[in-house]
Amino acid sequence: MGRELTEAIIDGILGGGVYALMAVGLTLIFGVLDIINIAQGILVVLGAYLSYVLAVHLHIDLFVGLLVTVPAMFLVGITIQWAFIRPLRGRERTSMSLLATYAVAIIIEGVLYIIFGANYVNLNSWYVTTGPRVFGFYLDYIYIYGFLLAVVLVAAIYVTLYRTQFGRSIRATMQDHTAARLVGINVNRVQMLTFGIGVAVTAAGGMVFGATGGGFNPNTGYDLISRLLAIIILGGLGSIAGAMIAAIFMITLEGVVDVLWSPSWSVVVFYIALVLVLAFRPQGLLGRKEVRAQ
Amino acid sequence: MSPPPAAPRAIRSARVARLARPGALLALLVIAAVFPLVVTNALDTQFAVDTLIYVAAVAAWNLFSGYSGYISLGHAVFFGSGAYTVGLLTEHWKVAGGTIFWLLPLAGLVAAAIAVPFGLIALRVRRHTFVVITIAIFFIFQLLAYNLSFTGGNQGISSPFFLWSAQNYNNPFYYVALILAVGTIALSWLIRHSRFGLQLLAIRDDEDRARGLGVRAMRVKLAAFVISGGITGMVGGLWWFFIGQALPETAFNPIFDVTVALMAFLGGFGTLAGPVLGALILEPLQQWVAITFTNGYTGEIALGVLFLLVILVLPRGIVPTGRELATSWQARRTRRRGGPGAPSGAAPPGSPAVPSPSPSGASSASGGGVQ
Amino acid sequence: MTALLRTAGVTKAFGGVQALRECTVEVAEGSIAGLIGPNGSGKTTLFNIITGYERVDRGEVWLGGRPITNHPPDRVFAAGIGRTFQLTRVFSRLTVMENMIVAAQHAERGHGWLRNPLARAGGPATRRRAGELLEFTGIAGHAGALAETLSYGQRKLLELSYVLMADPAIVLLDEPAGGVNPTLITTIADRIRQLNEQGTTFLIVEHNMDFVMGLCHQVTVLDYGTAVVTGPPGVIRTDPRVLDAYLGTAEDGDEAP
Repeated sequence: MGRELTEAIIDGILGGGVYALMAVGLTLIFGVLDIINIAQGILVVLGAYLSYVLAVHLHIDLFVGLLVTVPAMFLVGITIQWAFIRPLRGRERTSMSLLATYAVAIIIEGVLYIIFGANYVNLNSWYVTTGPRVFGFYLDYIYIYGFLLAVVLVAAIYVTLYRTQFGRSIRATMQDHTAARLVGINVNRVQMLTFGIGVAVTAAGGMVFGATGGGFNPNTGYDLISRLLAIIILGGLGSIAGAMIAAIFMITLEGVVDVLWSPSWSVVVFYIALVLVLAFRPQGLLGRKEVRAQ
Repeated sequence: MSPPPAAPRAIRSARVARLARPGALLALLVIAAVFPLVVTNALDTQFAVDTLIYVAAVAAWNLFSGYSGYISLGHAVFFGSGAYTVGLLTEHWKVAGGTIFWLLPLAGLVAAAIAVPFGLIALRVRRHTFVVITIAIFFIFQLLAYNLSFTGGNQGISSPFFLWSAQNYNNPFYYVALILAVGTIALSWLIRHSRFGLQLLAIRDDEDRARGLGVRAMRVKLAAFVISGGITGMVGGLWWFFIGQALPETAFNPIFDVTVALMAFLGGFGTLAGPVLGALILEPLQQWVAITFTNGYTGEIALGVLFLLVILVLPRGIVPTGRELATSWQARRTRRRGGPGAPSGAAPPGSPAVPSPSPSGASSASGGGVQ
Repeated sequence: MTALLRTAGVTKAFGGVQALRECTVEVAEGSIAGLIGPNGSGKTTLFNIITGYERVDRGEVWLGGRPITNHPPDRVFAAGIGRTFQLTRVFSRLTVMENMIVAAQHAERGHGWLRNPLARAGGPATRRRAGELLEFTGIAGHAGALAETLSYGQRKLLELSYVLMADPAIVLLDEPAGGVNPTLITTIADRIRQLNEQGTTFLIVEHNMDFVMGLCHQVTVLDYGTAVVTGPPGVIRTDPRVLDAYLGTAEDGDEAP
């Protein structure tokens, strides 16, 4: 039991890193654009399918394929923001963005169904099914590489945010749109690019998820987005560190419950954990207490 | 010295306008009441019942979300709970025949009871988080429906086939749905003009300021949430009777909430008539999409495109946009007539008398708040 | 003179910024008091603390001898302190009359919220008083209009009107003359004077010196979060400490005006 438990914890931490990557993108989008991108889940799946196509039809290695899929998803993100999010105005912008991104999500899902059908597919490579023995545990290489990839990308995001001019613009916009405009920041452009970045990381997340998630099809998007939402809320909307901590915590918790209790209940625990945290700390772990004018 | 010619015409048209609205409503009610007696095609009446179910659901949703500004995407929790409640009760109590409709209030009570803890947790957070927490709780309920034994798991709860003549089978459902829909709309109207409703709307505009002025925000929001949830529960119960089966994914259907929200936005979020209008337009449209695109996946795409069109083309909704057009058209007319109708906005000169101190402190006994 | 409102040693910091330091301000009952000072001197923070929108790190707030430190905004409002905001806060999608009725909640509470929640909003007494106040401030003609259609100045008048609905003992005005045309400023000053003659105390934060000096009986100057000098307008106008607060001394390296 102890062995299984330790394995579950290790897997949870490593797996949580991947979820952290997808969640960071989502919370970044919220922080800068003040919207919740419901399409993030299906976009992860789209990223996974892109990797799949490259791997199966062009025999390109999964990690190498990222060089194509990440920019591709970046463009997809920019297009979605420009076409469907930016035109939204008015008081209920956030709610409408929710509906708009939901609509985009079901369109993408439908398209994926038509192209790929409902069969579950997997991403495969030599490192997916083999791995080293570490302290007596079997670890697939993909988990390690995936975690490393997550670390690298999150670090890249941090560097961008805190060491570059563009990153400063992002942070300023997150604080206050009006003030950012006043100091000459092109808020529209920042928002568009941030959305692109938030979606681009789904390419990476999608690839690793596709290799480790045990099979995916277009319907997997629902499960993904509900988990990602729970994660970013738990971490505190707009907080990148919060999203990472929450991701690792939640995935590990789920894995532990899976081992200790039962698989069908582990998913419920996911949401119950969220509800419990919010009952005591409405702003999430690292979120700020906000005034509620609107 | 000639009298302004516009005046008598203006008075007459004002009188007509005042009569027009209640008159139109009455006419609509009459039409709705006799509809199934005139249109006997079962497909048409079934379609009408579906539409009325959505009208009632949207009206109930709007009563909370529209008036408070807290968008809920978890009302399916109430809908599904209501459905499962009547399903389980029908199974255990072996209810049959017309008495089934007496179970609906029970469905409402169960849903309302669920709304209390749900609301106490969810309504303490800011609006963005609120949406997501409603989604989270929705998923919890859907998962519970799959996993708990008494909910029948994947098979769900099915109803025995009913129970009155096949001809005009839909009619009882139609009338109950109509009662629910009209009742909810009437309740919305009453609330809109009541003290309770005013407090809700103030919360929507500026919750902290409202709090600062003495509005008990949590109580008000929770009350609206419970009422809204309870009605939605009854709608869910009716749906179960009509469809005859509740599965976890149909009773707790994620598309339900998005559809309801979209209907409200299409018609005009937060208005009284808007959401109803939105339901009356969008439900037939959805049915049409389902029929035309027989491939489920292209149907899904079509639905998404439809949603996007609604959001992008009519962001404010039909009713507010219509009102704006009407007022700007009206303004153009008065300007063209060189009308004396424009109201003056200047403050009166001189110093008006200071109003006497508020009688509020002394008059508590006179029950001044009640009209 | 009896102090109706008193803050004693109020201290408040936000992160690394010390907004208020041992701030002690007194407002005499029945007076019109002014609160001036350069930007960042803590005036609005002091308002927020008095009215319960912020909590003190140290210090106390007293209203007529009763402590109201850290009381939430609704309790402070019920205790008799009304307050307007620098960025006017009205309920945009409600009508002017409805805005007034919302502010009358304290009066209508206990009149059967639970007994008859569907009662029509605003009883006859409330509406009558609202009408009188709207006449007094001059926006009665807009009673049926949505608050968001009002002009900037009209919104300021609306905010003042609904704050008065509760018949507060003291009204805190945050920049009532800000961004308003001169005619309206005179009107606002007249109304304040009239209300004051009827017994309402005022504490006004303002940058418009003519407005403050012409209206207030007593003026307090805040600088870097503490009260530097207090006195009648004539005295304040010429006190070197005031000039110092606004312009800084020569040693600070600031340029002379």
